[in-house]
Amino acid sequence: MAAAATTPSEYITGHLTHLTTSVGTGSFWTIHVDTLITTAMIGVAAFGFLWWVVRGATAGVPGRRQAAVELFVDFVHGQAKSVYHGASTLVAPLALTTFTLVFFLNATKFLPVDIVAQVTHLFVPHYRIVPTADINTTVALALSIFVLMIAYAIRSKGLGGWLHELVTAPFGKNLLLWPINLLMNVVEYLSKPLSHSLRLYGNIYAGEIIFLLIGMFAATSLAGTFFAGFLQLGWAIFHILVVTLQAFVFMMLAVVYLSMAEEHH
Amino acid sequence: MNINLTLLMQAVAFAAFIWFTARFIWPPLMRAIETRQKTIADGLAAGEQGRQSLATAEKRISELIDDAKAKAAEIVAQGEKFRVDTVEQAKAEAKLEADRILAAAKAEVEQEVARAREHLREQVAVLAVAGAEKILSREVDARAHADLLDAIKRQI
Repeated sequence: MAAAATTPSEYITGHLTHLTTSVGTGSFWTIHVDTLITTAMIGVAAFGFLWWVVRGATAGVPGRRQAAVELFVDFVHGQAKSVYHGASTLVAPLALTTFTLVFFLNATKFLPVDIVAQVTHLFVPHYRIVPTADINTTVALALSIFVLMIAYAIRSKGLGGWLHELVTAPFGKNLLLWPINLLMNVVEYLSKPLSHSLRLYGNIYAGEIIFLLIGMFAATSLAGTFFAGFLQLGWAIFHILVVTLQAFVFMMLAVVYLSMAEEHH
Repeated sequence: MNINLTLLMQAVAFAAFIWFTARFIWPPLMRAIETRQKTIADGLAAGEQGRQSLATAEKRISELIDDAKAKAAEIVAQGEKFRVDTVEQAKAEAKLEADRILAAAKAEVEQEVARAREHLREQVAVLAVAGAEKILSREVDARAHADLLDAIKRQI
């Protein structure tokens, strides 16, 4: 529909433009309002639902709703426990939060972009519905994990122990090796949040672009519209896997990073 | 793909969600699950205990049954012995009684025979006297010849 009146590049960039507001001078002081609103809505709905189920949870025979939530939570708990053997009780709930949040943020991709655009454009000029296709979201999540990672490392080894490990691991205590060790550790530390965030962002963003490209078939003819619908269905079914897998991978990496942070070399 | 303030706000939102989950969702649910696990474990333990006491009771029951069977067999044997004894005793008594009755009957018969013989003797004597009286008419005095008649009586 939109493509009929616009060029393909206008169609795609139209769908990839954030609803922004500026709170200061310079490009940093910009806020992607759509990302924040969608994240807040999804988060409140998802965690509100979990909270509602947990509030009514019984230690006796669980209902279907509680059993479903317990299965999910128990799955995450099992995964977290199998990787993280430290003392922190925050890791498992953090894994649950990460998986739930990323999964549902990814899942907004299943909403048909053009219908969402039709509705939101009644109120605002632009609205991007998928928060994890915004690099700010994925970097925010990855950096939060990164900060926790360093905090866990320091808590587990002490500040001195952590700094000592930065310069002595992995090659040895020899003073000549210190710069190489430090370089290795810095690269390792930096690569973690980078790969963590870019993996999720790249997958979801690329998926979104493909949806838009398929959607452009609708501009050709009525047959093209049906063809596009058929392809979109296939791509969406494939994305059930991608959405779940990326959320799972993101959660597992978070747990693995936190677990590695407490390991002594 | 531009990094901006959204990042910090998303990080804050993420932190808030983690806090909410760790505070309000995780602990109560884990508590419920662990309580249920304990209940189930207790139930299984109680079931195991019940199974064991059932096995003990079954063992005791079979012991009791064996005991009762042995006792019953003993009682039956005793009864059988008693029956045999009683029958033997009854037979002996009956034989004794029969002998006694037989002896009494024999004695009576003998008595009867003796009495009948006596009676017959009397009759014979009387008949003989009567015959003799007829034959001898008045010539023979019964009283005078009594000793002779007595001798005849005894010979019969």
